[in-house]
Amino acid sequence: MTTAPPDPPPPRVAVTGPRRNRAGGYSARPGAADLHAQPRLGQIYVRSLVRDQLRLALGVLAVLAAVLGGLPAAFVVFPALRTAEVFGFRLAWLLLGVVAYPVMVGAAWFHVRHAERAERDFTDLLGGLPPAPGPPAPPGPRTTGPGPRTTGPGEDAGRGGG
Amino acid sequence: MNPALGLGALIAVLVATVAVGVYGLRLSRGTSDFYVASREVSPLWNASAIGGEYLSAASFLGVAGLVMAYGVDMLAYPVGYTAGYLVLLLLVAAPLRRSGAYTLPDFAEERLGSTAVRRVASVLVAVIAWLYLVPQLQGAGLTLQTVTGAPRWVGATVVAVAVVTVAAAGGMRSVTLVQGFQFWLKLTAIAVPAVFLVLAWRSAGAPPLTGQDTPRFGHTTVVRLDQTVRFEVRSPVTVTARGDLDGVRYAAAGRSVRLGDGPHTARAGARLTFPAGAVVPHQEGLTPASGVRWASPLSGAGGRGHPVYAIYSILLATFLGTMGLPHVLVRFYTNPDGRAARRTTLLVLVLLSVFYLLPTVYGALGRVLAPQLLLTGRTDTAVLVLPQLTEAGETGRLLAALATAGAFAAFVSTASGLTVSVAGVVSQDLLRGSTRSFRWACLAAGVPPLLMAVTTTGLPVADAIGLAFAVAASSFCPLLVLGIWWRGLTDVGALLGLVAGGGLAALAVVVTSVHGAGRGWSAALLAQPAAWTVPVAFAVMIAGSLLSRSRISAAAVDRVMLRMHLPEEVGSGPALP
Repeated sequence: MTTAPPDPPPPRVAVTGPRRNRAGGYSARPGAADLHAQPRLGQIYVRSLVRDQLRLALGVLAVLAAVLGGLPAAFVVFPALRTAEVFGFRLAWLLLGVVAYPVMVGAAWFHVRHAERAERDFTDLLGGLPPAPGPPAPPGPRTTGPGPRTTGPGEDAGRGGG
Repeated sequence: MNPALGLGALIAVLVATVAVGVYGLRLSRGTSDFYVASREVSPLWNASAIGGEYLSAASFLGVAGLVMAYGVDMLAYPVGYTAGYLVLLLLVAAPLRRSGAYTLPDFAEERLGSTAVRRVASVLVAVIAWLYLVPQLQGAGLTLQTVTGAPRWVGATVVAVAVVTVAAAGGMRSVTLVQGFQFWLKLTAIAVPAVFLVLAWRSAGAPPLTGQDTPRFGHTTVVRLDQTVRFEVRSPVTVTARGDLDGVRYAAAGRSVRLGDGPHTARAGARLTFPAGAVVPHQEGLTPASGVRWASPLSGAGGRGHPVYAIYSILLATFLGTMGLPHVLVRFYTNPDGRAARRTTLLVLVLLSVFYLLPTVYGALGRVLAPQLLLTGRTDTAVLVLPQLTEAGETGRLLAALATAGAFAAFVSTASGLTVSVAGVVSQDLLRGSTRSFRWACLAAGVPPLLMAVTTTGLPVADAIGLAFAVAASSFCPLLVLGIWWRGLTDVGALLGLVAGGGLAALAVVVTSVHGAGRGWSAALLAQPAAWTVPVAFAVMIAGSLLSRSRISAAAVDRVMLRMHLPEEVGSGPALP
């Protein structure tokens, strides 16, 4: 029970975030630096990637806001819905208590799938690099399919807004 | 409730937490040990840990209590708590992980290169953590009082001391294991009794939940009051009274007393026996609602004004507040890369969705199975007392002990996550951090909320947590969203926005906490501030940034944007075009 420890434990250190204020900033990824070394090209690519990701996120967010935010509005506009019943349950309870959750999980799944696809396309475009070994990519066609967009980075680089 | 079993459950949770904490301390002593250990965790276990830390007193106790008292509108809270993670996934998860920021102040400095913004962010982290800790400690006091009859400050102090000790010893943060375990404990503790509850409701003849009546006692019911309660009788009833009622002391043998219409006061320790079928008097401030009204959305059941405004404000605060909670953000650092951060968040959403199906069951069945909670005003204890009220004998006692263990797991995991996060921020930014200053910072994180928890009686737990969400949504949400997606954010704009949004929301919280929830529009605006403070924060941050546009350094912004948005694989590519 009380055997002596083999070694004195190493001294304790405070666990904190990575140190900042280093010359040149903190970056673990050479790719970022490489892209940065060719500012014009890199920026065009990255801006288009950011714009695509933002458009995807805002699209899902808009659907979420319309569905969940629309519920109270629907109850205001159509008071009959407040006491409507489905399968012996009140509609409001069913929607807010049960149905909302699979809807949110579905939206999250959709977003993860398409955000990863956008990044994969971007990576392929940069280096013809297959996805890094690790967790397998989700199934699904890569350049065709029902997604909101299958992006070619740079395609709308000149456009403003997103 | 049986004190021995309840105490046993409490001690088991505390001992397990401290033991695993100490074990984790032996395992990981250095910075690299900590990071590596964290990253060897599988996504499911990491997601369990995030869920374990996130499900607090508000989720475990508060939601059921609010639903029981105020009806279906209150389901906006659990929906919002879950949707908050979805918004986090959509807008923040992967870029934040890639930014390498470990805390919110880290992010602020990384993105804006300003120590002033960093300082303000640190102060806001502390404020939000305090606001979030107070209801955890109050929930602990309430739970221990329900289980053992101990005064409320005892439970709050026990949890605060345990959490601060473990955090100061340094063993908590490293242990994803204990947080993950506590998620599954909480899920079990709420799911198993729920099954028995539904069975009990059916065997009672499935009494309707949505009838025309206000709640009545289903059978002769002894109501024990742990503390003084003022309640309103709306239809006269004859009760058997023991203890102090309306200033008269009744002997332990009990005496029949007729309670007429109007307010009555029962002192702590009183016991009132109501006959079967009697209308349940409600605690002062809680308006009795018929089943029809309670079950119908936007009806303002229970006496909450402006239900449409309130529900939208709750949704906004919880949607946008989750990303600004200090203990949530730290957990994302344990993902190896941005892609894993997304997938972990998706799993968290699944786990939370399963959990949040259950509090509704307690809230709905509580109205027919334990209506006396509406009289004692302790609807927050529904999850704790319902199992014992509906299951006689050993089964009921074991279920109650399980529920108690789940509740303490909720307080301890959330409170320790918060304490460690805020202590890290305070020691690093405000004390210039050594291990020693981290210990002082743990005290600074734990003591003020303990004082607040024991000196104020408090709002319903889920409402109090909602206020912490509102402050987070009005300060860190604009900082993160604009910082990640808009190149034009400047340090001046961020600073002004943080101060304006966070300050206004915090002010509303203080006023509400001191005055309690009142009536009318001003009270509604103060009790649910997010609907106006979030737009103010965004507007100030954007306007301030546009006006100080000259401060942007394009090269610096490019560098940060590259790091946040580039997939990690790009770095390992053989060649760039």
